[in-house]
Amino acid sequence: MELIFFYLIAIVAVASGFLVIRCQSPVNSALGLVNTFFCLAIFYVMLHAPFMAAIQIMVYAGAIMVLIIFVIMLLNLGTEARKRYTTGVVWSAIASLLVLFNVMYFIKRGRVTGAEGDITSYTVESVGHVELIGKALFTEYLLPFEIASILLLVAIVGAVVLAKKEV
Amino acid sequence: MLDSYLPILTLIIIALGFSVAVIVLSRLVGENKPSAVKLAPYECGMPPVGSAHEQFSIKFYIIAMLFIVFDIEVVFMYPWAVMFKRLGLFGFMEMGVFILILLVGYAYVWKKGALEWE
Amino acid sequence: MENLVQIALQNVNMAAILPSLVLTCFGMGLLLINVFLPRGTTRHAVWISVIGLVVTGFFVYTGWGNPQYGFNDAVANDNYTAFFSVIFLFAAGLTILMSDDYLTREGYPVSEYYPLILFATAGAMWMASGTDMLTIFLGLEVMSIALYVLAGFFRGQLRSNEAGLKYFLLGAFSTGFLLYGIALIYGVTGSTKLTEIGIYLNAHGSLLENPMTLAGLVLLSTGFLFKIAAAPFHMWTPDVYEGAPTPVTAFMSAGPKAAAFAAFLRIMEYCFFSLKPEWTAMLWVIAVLTMVIGNVIAIQQTNLKRMLAYSSIAHAGYALVGLVAANEIGYSGILFYMLAYTFMNIGAFAVLVLAGKKGEDNLTLEGFSGFGLKRPFLGVAMTVFLFSLMGLPPTAGFAGKFYIFAGAVKAGYIWLAVIGVLNSAVSLYYYLRIMVYMYFRDAEEDYAWVSLPAAAVISIVIALIGVFYLGIIPGDVMEMAKMAIF
Repeated sequence: MELIFFYLIAIVAVASGFLVIRCQSPVNSALGLVNTFFCLAIFYVMLHAPFMAAIQIMVYAGAIMVLIIFVIMLLNLGTEARKRYTTGVVWSAIASLLVLFNVMYFIKRGRVTGAEGDITSYTVESVGHVELIGKALFTEYLLPFEIASILLLVAIVGAVVLAKKEV
Repeated sequence: MLDSYLPILTLIIIALGFSVAVIVLSRLVGENKPSAVKLAPYECGMPPVGSAHEQFSIKFYIIAMLFIVFDIEVVFMYPWAVMFKRLGLFGFMEMGVFILILLVGYAYVWKKGALEWE
Repeated sequence: MENLVQIALQNVNMAAILPSLVLTCFGMGLLLINVFLPRGTTRHAVWISVIGLVVTGFFVYTGWGNPQYGFNDAVANDNYTAFFSVIFLFAAGLTILMSDDYLTREGYPVSEYYPLILFATAGAMWMASGTDMLTIFLGLEVMSIALYVLAGFFRGQLRSNEAGLKYFLLGAFSTGFLLYGIALIYGVTGSTKLTEIGIYLNAHGSLLENPMTLAGLVLLSTGFLFKIAAAPFHMWTPDVYEGAPTPVTAFMSAGPKAAAFAAFLRIMEYCFFSLKPEWTAMLWVIAVLTMVIGNVIAIQQTNLKRMLAYSSIAHAGYALVGLVAANEIGYSGILFYMLAYTFMNIGAFAVLVLAGKKGEDNLTLEGFSGFGLKRPFLGVAMTVFLFSLMGLPPTAGFAGKFYIFAGAVKAGYIWLAVIGVLNSAVSLYYYLRIMVYMYFRDAEEDYAWVSLPAAAVISIVIALIGVFYLGIIPGDVMEMAKMAIF
């Protein structure tokens, strides 16, 4: 049952990903992207990571999509920007296919779960997903967490420096 | 465990089914007589002014960008709030440093006038 | 229920991040001071950031020989970190000193420039000090985002915009590779800590046959090789270096390159020491490719910034030779070389900064005609930096190349050393050509006498001292570099 559901969502995700690159109007592409983000959120839920799903929808399908739409409107791309296909597309398609086969080979040969972590789906269920993230973030990964705030600060400064009328 | 999401799934299916059904039904049952006025974009009943594909000001971009940054800041607060009792004063200080650094950014943006619609 | 606060407090060790902490505080303070001062005043920012760098340097100095680890093994303030931090601080300091008059001349006296450089430096320090994949990754991101902005700093110039956008797109792409690599390695080993990954990979011999490990290794390397501009991931370099403001180019060619080397070297040595035959074979090819492509294409360039961009690719290739050698002298040679490269390359760019005029800082060889005779000080300085870039004694470049190639020979890579030396010979051609134009061609126009800005001259003088010091008495610094590696 779960597997069927997974394949269903996967088909929708890939199809909307295809729409993103094939739609004539950039705004339609953006809508396709929103759809892809939602599918990813569903995958997170299926992986027992509801918090990640919530973030996926809040940050990606919400905030980042708004930004993408603004940029599309800022650039005011018409449909003509879509027509510049070259032979490069063929080459990149071949390259992507090769990469795909490579990845499939690795997945088939590799054992992804080489080491077993101490957090299993049982602990996730008993302790809670958000609690585990909070615990890891504020004890083990304290320094990366604080560096993340510097990263956000630099992003703020960068946005203002690059986009404000008078700096 | 995924069973608990069943109501949400049901709701999504019903919502999707309903909207699809309405569109399909109105196509099947309703009459289709397009005219120039009917096909015009709806703009609160006013006659539409210009094209919808107008170039937006870059001011929107700054606001959206700042929104994302502070949005992510808030995201970090959820796990902290959940673990607040167990982390206690130490966790409060951790979050304090985090927010203080972003407060520097906020003060910078504010004083710089990037929040104003110039 | 365990006491989380206890666990977390045990991990906190401020001494392990003290230098970068001080630097970030200076950056934030400067950011706040800037907004309260009228637009266009930047002089104070130069001095505050230089003071910040000096203070940070003091804390780096006190940390030497006294390794500190902290934050649940996420960061290590050891000699290795300290040595690289000195490189970053010099890169940032020299860049800042040459920037002020340049920015005013070009009409962008924007004071955010300086905090961004400080943040980029702090990011580089986290990359060098990170012993956890996440610290390294976040350091890389802080550094890169600051640099994307700096590369596109001249908002009104198309070339600068192009540089910023190109650097951003390709940089983001390469970060994706890096992150994918980290994810795969995490999947295999179940840890993001470098030492734990190393222990796991060493203990599970059969896993080395697991293609997932190798895929992770290759993707990780790709991410870093992008940042150090090694072939075949060097495509972005010429355009970005050419379009970015010249001081930013100077910084990019030294600081971030060294930072990427720092993180790359630590990861390779901590995590993948059991896979050494595999990755040295891979890097052998890349080192040769990088040296050859950088030097051969540099020959055809007539734009000096572009030429130096290709030469920086070639120099990344020389430094990679030390990584292939993978022995003590090779590793410490990389550290030494990066320091030497910082002085000589930033010095050369500083001369370019002073040689340019408003809106024409993209000098061509023709535009350099007669430069050496009309501007004697800059001419002599440029000559010294070019000699050092060629690798002639008694300059820093010679000592650096000597150590690196010695490491390669000692590790049995005779051919690699031979290829490296041959490449240096090729590079003589285009470096010498600059000098031929400088001294043996008549100037097309008369150079008006201009007084050189003091700060930029200080920057050139420091670079000169560095080049000669490392060239004449390389022993001391080399000893320190040997103490710095693991």
